[in-house]
Amino acid sequence: MSKSRRYTRRSVLRGTIAGAAVYLALPILDSSLNDSGTAYADTGEALPPCFGTWFWGCGLTPELWEPTATGRAYELPEHLGALAPMKQKINIYSGMQAFLDGKVNQNHFGGAQCQMTGMVTRSAGEYSTSLDTLIGNRIGTTTRFRSLEVSCDGNRRSTWSARGQNGMNPAEISPIALYARIFGTGFKDPNAGEFQPDPAVMVRRSVLSGVTEQRRALLAKVSAADRTRLDEYFTSVRDLEQQLDIQLRKPAPLAACSVPPPVEAEDLGTLVGQTAGTHRQFARLLAHALACGQTQVFNVAMGSALSQLRKEGDINGYHQLTHEEPIDPGLGYQPKCRWLAEQHMGMFVELLQILDGIREGSATLLDRTIVFAFTDHGEARLHSMKRYPVFTAGSGGGRMKTGFHVAAEGDTVTRVGFTIQRALGLSEGSWGTESNRATVPFGELLA
Amino acid sequence: MSHVSSVSPLGSGLARHGGTVRAPKGSARSALLGLLLGGLSCFVLLLPCRATAQPVPLELIRITPEQYQQSIRDVFGASIRIPDNPIEPGLREEGLLAVGGRKLTISSAGLERYESLARDIAAQVVEPRRRAVLVQCNPASESRPDRACATQFIRRVGLLLFRRPLDSAETRSFLETHTAAARALRSFDAGLSAALVRMLVDPNFLFRVERTEESASAEGSARLDAYSMAARLSFFFWNTTPDPELLEAARTGSLLTAAGLERQVDRLLDSPRLESGVRALFSDMLGFDAFATLAIDTTLYPAFTKQVRDDAGEQTLRTLVELLIHRDGDYRDIFVTRDTYLTPSLAAVYNVPLARSQELGGAVPWSRYRFPDDSPYVGILSHVSFLSLHSHAARSSPTLRGKALRERILCQRVPPPPGNIDFTSFEDPENPMKTARDRLAAHNTNPVCAGCHRLTDPGGLALEPFDTAGAFRTMENGVVIDPSGQINGRKFDGPAGLAQILRDTPAVTGCLVNRAFSYGVQRKPQGEELEWLKQLQAQLLETGVRLRPLLRSLATDPRFFTIRSPEPVPTARAETSGTSTSPGP
Repeated sequence: MSKSRRYTRRSVLRGTIAGAAVYLALPILDSSLNDSGTAYADTGEALPPCFGTWFWGCGLTPELWEPTATGRAYELPEHLGALAPMKQKINIYSGMQAFLDGKVNQNHFGGAQCQMTGMVTRSAGEYSTSLDTLIGNRIGTTTRFRSLEVSCDGNRRSTWSARGQNGMNPAEISPIALYARIFGTGFKDPNAGEFQPDPAVMVRRSVLSGVTEQRRALLAKVSAADRTRLDEYFTSVRDLEQQLDIQLRKPAPLAACSVPPPVEAEDLGTLVGQTAGTHRQFARLLAHALACGQTQVFNVAMGSALSQLRKEGDINGYHQLTHEEPIDPGLGYQPKCRWLAEQHMGMFVELLQILDGIREGSATLLDRTIVFAFTDHGEARLHSMKRYPVFTAGSGGGRMKTGFHVAAEGDTVTRVGFTIQRALGLSEGSWGTESNRATVPFGELLA
Repeated sequence: MSHVSSVSPLGSGLARHGGTVRAPKGSARSALLGLLLGGLSCFVLLLPCRATAQPVPLELIRITPEQYQQSIRDVFGASIRIPDNPIEPGLREEGLLAVGGRKLTISSAGLERYESLARDIAAQVVEPRRRAVLVQCNPASESRPDRACATQFIRRVGLLLFRRPLDSAETRSFLETHTAAARALRSFDAGLSAALVRMLVDPNFLFRVERTEESASAEGSARLDAYSMAARLSFFFWNTTPDPELLEAARTGSLLTAAGLERQVDRLLDSPRLESGVRALFSDMLGFDAFATLAIDTTLYPAFTKQVRDDAGEQTLRTLVELLIHRDGDYRDIFVTRDTYLTPSLAAVYNVPLARSQELGGAVPWSRYRFPDDSPYVGILSHVSFLSLHSHAARSSPTLRGKALRERILCQRVPPPPGNIDFTSFEDPENPMKTARDRLAAHNTNPVCAGCHRLTDPGGLALEPFDTAGAFRTMENGVVIDPSGQINGRKFDGPAGLAQILRDTPAVTGCLVNRAFSYGVQRKPQGEELEWLKQLQAQLLETGVRLRPLLRSLATDPRFFTIRSPEPVPTARAETSGTSTSPGP
């Protein structure tokens, strides 16, 4: 929400265009960096943290993924073998649950809602502000994009990011379109030598100021519910104003920033090869966007909670298989489901490796990021709200310790989101409602 | 409805409906009378009342991508190129996206897209050949602002985009945008573009703003003002912004009289543009927005090409428009009609021969087609649209189809599956099940599941002779499919039998009446409106369920033009305790 945005004297400049007042927010990167590229030279302040969410539907195979030991000295179970290369930068959380508090279990919805908003509501229509928005309001208010949302199954509705009541942030489904949005017109390469502010952009900026002028008068005339919606609209206008402000200022060079080659082809769909390919394209674009200071917040959904991820040649998708594939009596689990869950884990680690592959001085982009990976059910076959598999990766610039397995049997799963909030500087005493209200972060993880 | 009665200024027939009517804006006599009567009823009937009349808050409805496109084309001409704007998905409430439109806002990504679209559209409007037609005046200089010419443009376009006249402060403000931009970029056109871009991203355009001119009744309902009525009518019948004639009827107040309203409703109904409105109504009701994300496996169903996906909804809409509008047919016949339209791509799925259309020398891919009487394809439930939309990517689903039948056609609510259910009985590896019927029968040994599946499955199993893509089949996994069953106590032997039962089910008509009302007013019916809709249903069942009379009955009734404030009307107790429900500053 706009009112929670913080603008300091340093970050806002006032200018005029043809007599009209124009407020320009400075991009956070409009400052030179130190020699190692990890901090600003003038203040010594570290590069800002980033936050991302990564959602996959239908969870993992029960009994196969929970490590036996806790703390740092744990061994990755075979089911999570894909994570091995990044083990030291990951935390695994087990044993937690989402509480319904007497409400109907809205299958494949309530658990994910709980982890992203801290609450379980009676209907999907009550979905409201999500974790990434809360964190973005704290850490990411001066970037070109407030956040970037993508979905890898071709469905724009596959998103858990929201601002305000029903203000779902739609997901971009096309890597080609995302490339154009980030690196097309409007992108100012921080490493380009010349910079000339575009008068046409200044006009666009002043047009939006005109829209904003009527905010107060209009808000006074609508009902309380509509006031919230209208305020979200004006926050969106403010976000666009900020994008334009940034285009009007010369960005500081960023050693780690490079423009990726354009995405020329895409193959959208829910087959494993299609989803993995789309995810890889998105992961690269998001990593470059973070490294180039275009955003500090992102949300990746592998697809909808009713995961349609499908092995080539199989007629059933992951969600159908969780309900219909027999448990192999010899193995004790659903073998096709296990395979699909492991494909998801492989894609997760690929995102982490792409972020970790961008070096920023002595650290990596992943090191200053926290990625929160969550799913909709502890055991999708039974729509279970218990024993959720949850992961975080990256330390947010040393704000969170990594390499742990944390077992918190019976606790509310919102503790993970609450811990991340604490790590990234939010100071509220609790997060969530009813039994899903978290009051105690995982202190052992906070640096 | 309201306990407040007032006198129609023109002695019109509106009062016979029991609705609250009022004089056009500016009638002091009526306003005074309304206040007096309103206050009197508070006193005499001891109803909760306000110390002073509070204005009813404005209500906001986000316009749909189709309404955006159509409005732009209506205002600036059909040749304007408007790229699709699929950025903001809708929210389905009470079975309709139209109802969810009252809950939606515009995200950052959405606004970014709208601003980009607005610049694209504005650039086209000031292209020389269009400017000559659309701006209707020439600036004194091409490199400077021109207040007189810009004002003319802003007022005219503002009226059409905002669906009401701009007030003087608004006009001034848009003019300032024009002047500043024209000066900065030394171009009259750039200034005009900037003012237009601002209008196109303004909340008064991107949302329909519903206004009333009077206080809410004790039940919390209030009548729309004339311009908001015009917009409601126009979006209901044509799915676009009101045309100049409708806006003129609002300006003169003639729309507030029964005769004036009926005149406009008949004009809207008689226009060929009614087709757009009817298409939008049924696209919403049948959930055709889901085609955007439909993913049928083309390796397993090679006939289900992208073209088929694009054509499937259109086939059903053409069928409905032909039957309901052009032939003025009975709505119930949509379930049994064998007349339809096909493209070569669709004909491949249905496996029927199709003579190339001779329309426009064969340039139109659509041809009329009638399925033979012995064909399994009968009615819209056997269309590829319904069958594929309610299937999994690589398998048909009697449950999804049956659920859609209950929810979309009969307006019933199927509860979500319970949590913590055990599928063990369903997953017997020793006894692999060949058909959907076998699988569901095993599933339904669990009484928790059986409750809902008894509702969904019989209708869905009747459609099992059609595979995921909609192609006819007789076997599944080598076993003959049994499509027989029973619904509402009547037995059927397959798709044609199910279609006939639906044709005869009164709830099908009730559902249409309910959806048409909810679609038009963009909220669910409440209170005595339900009784009114029941009466309408009964009338239609007697006279034949024809769409035009239904739409006309709805839109000529004052009850179609109320809004119901979501905020509680203040009670005496609330007022004495100092609680205020008036909108704050």
